[in-house]
Amino acid sequence: MIVPAAIDWSVIVPILPELLLVGVAIVLIGLDLFFPDQRQLLPWLTIVGSLCALIMVLGARPAVGFGGMFLLDGYAVVFKTICLATVIMTALMSEQFRNLIRMRQGEYYSLLMLSLVGMLLIASAGDLMVLYLGLELMALPIYALVGLHKQGRWTSEAAVKYFLTGGFASALLLFGMSLLYGLTGTTDISQIAEAISVRQLAGNSAMLAALGLCLVGCCFKVAVAPFHFWTPDVYEGAPTVITAFMSVAPKAAGFALFGRIFFFGLPHLHDHWGPILAVLALLTMAVGNITALCQRNLKRMLAYSSVAHAGYAVLGLLAGTAEGMAATMTYLVIYLFMNLGAFAILMLLTSADGSGDTLDDCKGLATRHPLAAAMMLVFLFSLTGIPPTGGFIGKFYLLKAAFMAGYTLTVVGAVLFSAISAYFYLRVIRYMYMNDPVQQTGLVASSGMYATLVLCLLGVLGTGIFPGSLLNWTVALLAGL
Amino acid sequence: MIPLSWYIALSIMLFCVGACGFLTRRNVIIMLLSLELMLNGVNLNLVALSYYLDSVRGQLFTFFIITVAAAEAAIGLGIAVTLYRSRRSVHVDTINQLKG
Repeated sequence: MIVPAAIDWSVIVPILPELLLVGVAIVLIGLDLFFPDQRQLLPWLTIVGSLCALIMVLGARPAVGFGGMFLLDGYAVVFKTICLATVIMTALMSEQFRNLIRMRQGEYYSLLMLSLVGMLLIASAGDLMVLYLGLELMALPIYALVGLHKQGRWTSEAAVKYFLTGGFASALLLFGMSLLYGLTGTTDISQIAEAISVRQLAGNSAMLAALGLCLVGCCFKVAVAPFHFWTPDVYEGAPTVITAFMSVAPKAAGFALFGRIFFFGLPHLHDHWGPILAVLALLTMAVGNITALCQRNLKRMLAYSSVAHAGYAVLGLLAGTAEGMAATMTYLVIYLFMNLGAFAILMLLTSADGSGDTLDDCKGLATRHPLAAAMMLVFLFSLTGIPPTGGFIGKFYLLKAAFMAGYTLTVVGAVLFSAISAYFYLRVIRYMYMNDPVQQTGLVASSGMYATLVLCLLGVLGTGIFPGSLLNWTVALLAGL
Repeated sequence: MIPLSWYIALSIMLFCVGACGFLTRRNVIIMLLSLELMLNGVNLNLVALSYYLDSVRGQLFTFFIITVAAAEAAIGLGIAVTLYRSRRSVHVDTINQLKG
């Protein structure tokens, strides 16, 4: 008789938040299917589930699960917090959006949850397999989310473009991973780093091919130029609430992926990837900021601005130091507040048929809705990087990290492009305050929308006025590895 | 015994054929097939390396990739169907309304 081995259930403790979210996703789709008249519960269930997961993540002690495949370290905690907070705010905003466009709510919220699980897995991955699975679990629901609103004029086009570029990037990344496996004989990220230093693989040509493929794959995912071309189309075509979500959470998860591979897995090849990233960061800031100058559509302008912000965030990563990584993480937290805030205001402006997101539509916003205009002013100041908002502090730490690592020219370029970006951000403010409104209708906002706006405003101003606490938090978590 | 380099060469060829197909073909379905070809190049690489390294991780990885590729194909075809319904075509040259 075969005695089954006793299962040690304590191994699942580190992944409890993820399991909880998978459970919530299943409950959400079941609730939508079997109790269609209880649909108003869906957003609240999403929010409560994500909040519980957030508390569990923040309260968890550092742990290693599944033989090093799953790492619950400080690095993971920061990225998980960003992704969970984004989903909570997106769910709060979605109530507003449901009134504008009829969306399939059960699918919408459960896909959001499943994508969130993928992001949490990326943040915690200690192994290339988990990294890849997390990446696909994040990306596949988002392809579906972009195309979910089938009656939209551009949604299917955006979904196809996103799907094809995302799939191509994944394939490139995977080939790079398979080469890494062949060279080091393992898929464990810390063991890969060890094997590279022990066996002196840093100059190997196959190693450089693997590095290049992984770099291109990651650059696609975080939209670093010249691999950013899908971003504006997808961001413009998708429903605004999903664009807001996509421009923050998957980008943060993409940086988690970037950091796991390059900062943890390939630190010994920093001499190779540091300068390449410095050039790409400059190119990204140039393309993002200069193309944003000639956009009339506010959504598309914010899409290019998110490309430019990916360029800034790379500045911390390319330094290859713990301070640089902490600066990138800090910046992503601040970016979460300012970008979601700007998109929330854009959502207020958007009318039922998806129009109303051009520059002309924000003319005279200050007379139509003074509070919304004042909030947009703060978010745009923060995106530009004007003190005392969080955006200034975030950029300051990033530039400092890159400067300390010796990338002086890149830092100079970043400052110049940041100055250029002031033109198109402040142009929106000029339209809001110095032009007469084209339409006189008031703006309606749901209570969830107000909650999001207040949270974003507090985040942007709080990080700007008390800059030390956020950086200390990320540095302490990263140092506690 | 077939040397490892042959397998690697074959997998690189498969991957490159897939990549070229993806970049040159203009039909969404064919592009999807090219993506699958690229993934199969990766799978072959991983399995061959796994055999020669005498480590089981590569084969495990391949199983996961095959599973994910199936899910990816399902979503991709679903998106292609919605595209066809709205545009009556799955040619990428016709999806050019978003630009600027």
